[in-house]
Amino acid sequence: MAAEGKTIDALSQFELTHAFGPVGAAVNFTQSNAYMLAMAVLIVLLVTVGMAPRAIVPGRLQAAAETFYEFVENLVIGQVGHEGKRYFPFVFTLFMFILFGNVAGLFPYAFTYTSHIAVTFGLAAVVFILTTLIALALHGKKFFGYFFPEGAPVWLAPIIVPVEVVSYLSRPISLSIRLFANMVAGHVLLKVFATFVVLLGGLGIVGPFLAVLPLTVNVLLIGFELLVAFLQAYVFAILTSVYLHDAVHLH
Amino acid sequence: MNSPLRAVQPTGGATAGAKVNERDDFNERLRKARQRQGLERTARGAEGEGRDGLPASALRIGLRAGVEVVSALIAGAGIGWLIDRWLGTFPWLFMLFFAIGGVAGVLNVYRLFNPRNGARK
Repeated sequence: MAAEGKTIDALSQFELTHAFGPVGAAVNFTQSNAYMLAMAVLIVLLVTVGMAPRAIVPGRLQAAAETFYEFVENLVIGQVGHEGKRYFPFVFTLFMFILFGNVAGLFPYAFTYTSHIAVTFGLAAVVFILTTLIALALHGKKFFGYFFPEGAPVWLAPIIVPVEVVSYLSRPISLSIRLFANMVAGHVLLKVFATFVVLLGGLGIVGPFLAVLPLTVNVLLIGFELLVAFLQAYVFAILTSVYLHDAVHLH
Repeated sequence: MNSPLRAVQPTGGATAGAKVNERDDFNERLRKARQRQGLERTARGAEGEGRDGLPASALRIGLRAGVEVVSALIAGAGIGWLIDRWLGTFPWLFMLFFAIGGVAGVLNVYRLFNPRNGARK
């Protein structure tokens, strides 16, 4: 699937196609949506089926579910404090959805829905709007004091306020670009080196020996991408928690 | 305790009274054992970590800083362009907000290293 026509075609893997044949085409249901749906089902299954036994000494599935749960719980409480517990379901859902999307994309022939800026920006926009609403609900008008640090000279306000507002508005953009760029970069790299394997493999007698080099790189890259997949989900979750902290404590 | 550490981590979930004590005691010993082995991560803020708890690898910090600057520039330029389109003053507010975006980007990077919390409390 890598090198049709002896060229490096690293970007076609991000193209959307319709899933489920004519039915999917009629409602514009893409393979990206299909993967989202599948991952959502997998996550729900992991949590419900995994936690069904409720054993003191957990089995494998339960251990996995508990590990994820406790990981995110520690993260949220560590960042937001105990008031943050009520935001745990939100952060947990985000983390699992992104993590499963990132990891699922590493399987051959799979599609990575987190490699589309529309998806990541959608997620980041939800975080941004939610944190802003929480801040407004908890602090009312005092929230706008966030854009002007107390103690700063008033004549600086025309400079400080726009800068703070732009800085605040840049949050969802940086949040979405970070995840999107990491996933795209990783998958392009994988594809490029996979194409090298095929192209070099066709070079007569020495070809297969040369092709081992990019293949080795790809094996290492897959490991690295697994790390990135986890790390980016973690970063997304932790930055969400940081923003929630700012919304709850307002400083 | 010969069993591997990973097999015994059910700290979540409350169970009946008598067992809790026993398990707390066990968790305490487990924690100490992990600390001796250097497996325990301090909950928050080992030296190399910022407020976000991210490990301070130079490359990652650099990438994060880059993303922060670029996103602030995009936000600034976007706002400027939108207001310009609304008021019909095309290049001027766009340019002004582009500059503000740059300042906000620098501010973002500054906050990366000196978070607001510590600075203002």
